[in-house]
Amino acid sequence: MAANRQGSRGLWTLLTGPVVWAVHFLVCYIGTAIFCARAGDPEADLAPVRLGIGAITLVALAVIAFVGIEADRRSGPGLVFECPHDEDTVRERRQFLGYATLLLAGVSFIATLLVALPALVIPSCR
Amino acid sequence: MSGEHDAADRAHREAQAERLLAAWRTPTGWRYWSAVNNSEVGAWYTVAAFVFFLFAGVLALLVRVQLAVPSNDFLSADVYNQAFTLHGTVMMFLFAVPIFEAFSILILPQILASRDLPFPRLSAYGFWSFVIGGVFVCGSIFFGAAPDAGWFMYPPLTTDLEQSGIGTDIWLLGLSFIEVASIAAAIELIVGVLKCRPPGMRINFMPLYAWYVLVVGGMILFAFPPLIAGDLLFEMERAFDWPFFDPERGGDPLLWQHLFWIFGHPEVYIIFLPAIALVAMIVPTFAQRPIFGYSWVVLAAVGTGFLSFGLWVHHMYATGLPAISIGFFSAASEAVVIPTGVQIFVFIATLLTGRVIFSTPLLFIAGALAIFLIGGLTGVMVALAPFDWQAHDTYFVVAHLHYVLIGGMLFPIVAGFYYYFPLVTGKKLSDRLGRTAFWLMFSGFNIAFLPMHLTGLRGMPRRVFTYPEGLGWDTLNMVSTVGAFIFAAGILVVLLDVIRPKRRQPYAERNPWNAGTLEWLCEMPGKPWGVRSIPLVTSRYPLWEQANFVRDVDEGRFFLPDAEEGERETLVTSVLDAEGVQCLRVPGPTFLTMAAAVFTGGVFIFATYHWYAATAVSGVLALASIIAWLWTGTAVIPEKDEKHIGHGRTLPLYMSGPRSVGWWAMCITMIGDMTAFFSLVFTYFFFWTVNPSFPPEAAPGPGVLWPAVALAMLIGAWALTTMARRWNARDRVLSLRAGLALAIVLAAASMGALVFGVRGTGLDPTASSYGATVWVLILWLAAHVAVGSVMQAYCIARSMAGKLTGKWDIEIRNVSLYWHFLAFTAAATTAVIALFPLVD
Repeated sequence: MAANRQGSRGLWTLLTGPVVWAVHFLVCYIGTAIFCARAGDPEADLAPVRLGIGAITLVALAVIAFVGIEADRRSGPGLVFECPHDEDTVRERRQFLGYATLLLAGVSFIATLLVALPALVIPSCR
Repeated sequence: MSGEHDAADRAHREAQAERLLAAWRTPTGWRYWSAVNNSEVGAWYTVAAFVFFLFAGVLALLVRVQLAVPSNDFLSADVYNQAFTLHGTVMMFLFAVPIFEAFSILILPQILASRDLPFPRLSAYGFWSFVIGGVFVCGSIFFGAAPDAGWFMYPPLTTDLEQSGIGTDIWLLGLSFIEVASIAAAIELIVGVLKCRPPGMRINFMPLYAWYVLVVGGMILFAFPPLIAGDLLFEMERAFDWPFFDPERGGDPLLWQHLFWIFGHPEVYIIFLPAIALVAMIVPTFAQRPIFGYSWVVLAAVGTGFLSFGLWVHHMYATGLPAISIGFFSAASEAVVIPTGVQIFVFIATLLTGRVIFSTPLLFIAGALAIFLIGGLTGVMVALAPFDWQAHDTYFVVAHLHYVLIGGMLFPIVAGFYYYFPLVTGKKLSDRLGRTAFWLMFSGFNIAFLPMHLTGLRGMPRRVFTYPEGLGWDTLNMVSTVGAFIFAAGILVVLLDVIRPKRRQPYAERNPWNAGTLEWLCEMPGKPWGVRSIPLVTSRYPLWEQANFVRDVDEGRFFLPDAEEGERETLVTSVLDAEGVQCLRVPGPTFLTMAAAVFTGGVFIFATYHWYAATAVSGVLALASIIAWLWTGTAVIPEKDEKHIGHGRTLPLYMSGPRSVGWWAMCITMIGDMTAFFSLVFTYFFFWTVNPSFPPEAAPGPGVLWPAVALAMLIGAWALTTMARRWNARDRVLSLRAGLALAIVLAAASMGALVFGVRGTGLDPTASSYGATVWVLILWLAAHVAVGSVMQAYCIARSMAGKLTGKWDIEIRNVSLYWHFLAFTAAATTAVIALFPLVD
């Protein structure tokens, strides 16, 4: 029952990358929506919002990268395509969760970057 | 000597098997309908969902006949509106989502070699609710009263009582009822995957189906509640004139679009992922090798689950949002392609590296991937705003969504039918009919929907009941109609194959496809116990990888091979490594769940017609049946503390708090409940964002005094409940009862203060969207406090009956957990309605 005590923590770590993406996404969307609604002018300059998005994007990417690197350390053999993780040991299970966390961090990283792109090119609330 | 020993051994095993069979026997005669076991409920659920599918399919054919030629008068505009609205509604709410739940209830316990899901009566309740709600919604068209404003019910058309009749109310209330059933099933399935796996099935051994069930269950918890909250607002506007969507009084029709699509877009993935889960089970079997890149499929499932929540505004590109907001959603819509694509590549890689057996299920999967791919690519097109503005509300979108749903969901489901049919009935479907059906469906589908891309690009709008000649749409529409009938013929062949008598057909051999996962332990025909003994799993494909596995299971050499006490039992295990935690006793057949569903249905159905007295009576009866069900079937005190489960292991029979399944179910339920609450809070801040002054200058109240007083008293009730749990742990029975009784009084006083205090300020819910929003938050809180008080009263009664004690304390621990969430709801509500106006 020793492994039991750690409960389901590994499962929550798995979700860190996507959760950071979700928070980043919502902050970008809601922040912009409030700014543009309050400005009331479609030509309003988005500069402060764009700077803000740039800053939180850097933070979000840093957190995701940290989660990914941390997970990579736990994932054993590292980023190879077919890494079966199918031995009946706690170590394999840990490596599996680490590997899956790493993959999810990867997709979250790309998605966060993509979501921030519009702020790079769109200057106004129009 | 050894012969005698063998004979004794055999006799012992037979006696065990007999006791096990007696415990799990399906009731016969009219009592058959009181069954709650997953194999019965799952089968009924699947059949019911399939019947609704056929019904909606017939509606689609009527629509296609009407559109076959220009200026047709086969259907009137009014009936046409009802037909296409009901087609979309039924396909989405009564087929696409429920079929996942139905299938999962049916096969998930088999996949996990579990005897049943942890809450069989909850599944039964969900099923009966689904049938009642579904018949109510579908039946309306025979009275000319069906909803007729499109499956997404946009206001202001639908809030205008002149323009939209009772059909809209039927949609709102009937579907809210069904959504509650869906959430119930989701909770059941999540707990099932996390806690009811066989010993040894670590999280990295979990069949991929279980991963998808987990992800989809989680998505339902976050996607359905916003729609339920939206339905609540909508019905308050229609029935009581609370102006949430009325711009003249500060409301906004766009709010509905947000709430609907926060539900509606993830729903597409809630439909799609379970179908892909079937593919992930079927592909390795017919490639005769383990899945290629297990972790990558997990990545895809979880990644898609998350990203799909960032797409909802791509249904609203044409509503005039700032370009940058559209940009965010466009970007997320493109990002979701990555995990979706990964799954497809994993399947292709598995097939390429395996020894492929070309079977009927695999044929349907090949068709599914081909069709879905086209739907996915047009999806990438419409995710780009400039293209979407061209295609918006045209038949291009109709073509896109049917490619996605039929390729991504219907074809895999039919593959699943052919694959899993022997598991349910012991007999295979016909390969010949299956292949005929496939080619009819595949060709018919493409003939019907491929031309629609063009019809749409040529400008034909959706939802028109007819069109004039000579716009370049005539031939295309005729081709589509012909294709639709070919497609329907394919479905008919599947139906014939399923219902044709199979008396003379021999049973299929065991594990007919030579699969590697646990559900194929099933005997042909299956036994009601599911598995003879619950195995110890040490690999991902035990039937392929563990020696003598089937024999050991059959000979009862693993866990729980017996039912000495005649009880239905299954194992509860830990989340990550599936170590045995508890031997869970699950309740058997009852009519109580059916009664509870009938009366709950009554509440929604009577409310549709504004028969409020009948609604109230039905509500009381529903509550009574639910309490009777809980009282007799849950938290039963076992006759002994522990039980031998085999292999010299002993597990407790009773467990409370965070290690029990009931506590998990409560926690998960409340997460869903929180999502609905946040949707209401979102409503408040949405209005604050879009209105120049919110709260409006003229609006009185709610003030700070009464909300603060109410919160103080409610926090007192919460503290007493928490204390009561501790007193109970120390067996201080009188403190427990007195504490809870006082908590009930405090809670009632609190709500009295809130409701009468705020009324006293003159805040009118019909005057402005502000009043309506504040009042709906108060209403939400009051309803939750009422439920919380019933729970406390229930605990007092259980304690007096000697069923709740310091040692046997499931009830109070779950109720105390509920109150933690309730206290949070109260604090957040007060902060929003009383404090926010001060800082703004």
